[in-house]
Amino acid sequence: MEHGYHAFMLVAASLVILMTAPGLALFYGGMSRSKSVLNMMMMSFGALGVTGIVYVLWGWSMSFGESDIAMLVNNPFETFGLSGLEGADYIGVGFQLTFAVITAALISGAVADRLKFSAWMLFVPLWLTLSYFPIAHMVWGGGFLGTAENGIAGLLFDGDPAPIDYAGGTVVHINAGVAGLVLALMLGKRLGFGKEPMRPHNLTLTMLGAGLLWFGWYGFNVGSIVFPGESADADAALFLSETSTVWLNTTVATCAAILGWLLVEKLRDGKATSLGAASGVVAGLVAITPACGALSPLGSIVLGLVAGGLCAMAVGLKYRLGYDDALDVVGVHLVGGLVGTVGAGFLATGTGLFYGGGVAQLVVQVLVALGAMLWAAAATFVVALVVKALIGLRVDEEQEVEGIDLVEHGESAYDLTGSGGSRRGSTLPGAAVASSDTEKEGANA
Amino acid sequence: MKLITAVIKPHKWEDVREALETFGVTGMTVSEVSGYGRQKGHTEVYRGAEYDVALVPKIRIEIVVADADAGDIVGIIVKTAATGRIGDGKVWVSPVETVTRVRTGEQDDAAL
Repeated sequence: MEHGYHAFMLVAASLVILMTAPGLALFYGGMSRSKSVLNMMMMSFGALGVTGIVYVLWGWSMSFGESDIAMLVNNPFETFGLSGLEGADYIGVGFQLTFAVITAALISGAVADRLKFSAWMLFVPLWLTLSYFPIAHMVWGGGFLGTAENGIAGLLFDGDPAPIDYAGGTVVHINAGVAGLVLALMLGKRLGFGKEPMRPHNLTLTMLGAGLLWFGWYGFNVGSIVFPGESADADAALFLSETSTVWLNTTVATCAAILGWLLVEKLRDGKATSLGAASGVVAGLVAITPACGALSPLGSIVLGLVAGGLCAMAVGLKYRLGYDDALDVVGVHLVGGLVGTVGAGFLATGTGLFYGGGVAQLVVQVLVALGAMLWAAAATFVVALVVKALIGLRVDEEQEVEGIDLVEHGESAYDLTGSGGSRRGSTLPGAAVASSDTEKEGANA
Repeated sequence: MKLITAVIKPHKWEDVREALETFGVTGMTVSEVSGYGRQKGHTEVYRGAEYDVALVPKIRIEIVVADADAGDIVGIIVKTAATGRIGDGKVWVSPVETVTRVRTGEQDDAAL
């Protein structure tokens, strides 16, 4: 069992990395304008770089451990740099690391076209420290929003029913969705928002990214299994039944969410669109994430349909309420995360309201979601204020018009005209000479 | 001599080229352009947000021909490029004062 489980977790963790790069990078990149696609992808890659390091240094320690501080966070120095952990523990750390990576990367969709890259690279580690690690601890690490005796559910209902967040409805999606909303409000709207067309520049990339996200999401959800550790036989039986259930629930909820989103589009706009299908995939995956271990396949279909439909309606809110969440992190991740987290209160087999379990589960789910939202909003606000004071959040107007790819990275994604310009030399000493020699030799040959 | 300029739907370009070649036209200048006529582009919807896309992709063909052939060539283009639906395009003819072949310096009809 142990070897098999270890191998399974290696695959699961690798699949979650696939979700961020290339999955999310392509999904978001395709939805950006052509002058901003590289910056959007770079925010995913940047999140990967920073989070991987921060997680090993203090992320794991703050999320999981024995030195709890006020049921809100664990002591960052308890296992700083993974001290005291052994090689076999590392896959658990690695799997959780990939969750922190994609959660941070998800936020980038709200800030497309206008956030300084340096501000992003400072925001990510600070936000993880103040928002992600504490909420991960509160929900999964023995804190206030989880199954602990003195947690919300413990105090209200003696821990029965326990809060349900299988793979990160609150920790990942509500957390990222709220952070996206707060950042979008603090950054302000893109120049021309609501007036100029800001349509996706390449929906084929977005469709490909959505497909890769779906594929990787199996590692995300199925890999989140936790064993009670009663006996090897009991663990093996649980492994078989639970991974099968989670896989199937993840799949059918996503299928249903595609249909839910497309149905809303067909009724509202007259056409079912490819962006709608790709968005439905993500909405369904988000919603089933917290609930995938607690629902029946039929319940998952209902949840997916509702999530697809509600998220399709929610993405229009930004135009009505006037905040510029560029790629709909709020409409898809916050709303989808809420649908899944609260939906588990209705649909969890045994404890859900629709299954005769009374309102207790629903109340617990709503309170946990509210707790995560409040914490994430406050933490993001503080972090964004700090980053703004230190280096500023937004590129200036002229740079935004010119395009953030060119201004922040010195690159453009596409050379469609073939008019690449002439070579002006190199930033590397001696490189220009070496390369012109090579060109000459090539010509002579 | 006349300059014939035609703006047509992109998917009709191959048909028009073949018809003109059959007639005996030896060369032309073709470019990908965008524009709009009376139909004023079209509407696209992304996550429920509507965008008016004013410019529609078209193909522009330019041919310089002898006066006598101009009428026939316009007829061929119109007949081949027509679909009967809105946005089929336009063809217009303008006078050309002089034409010079760059390689030889030949002028006017000899340069065509």
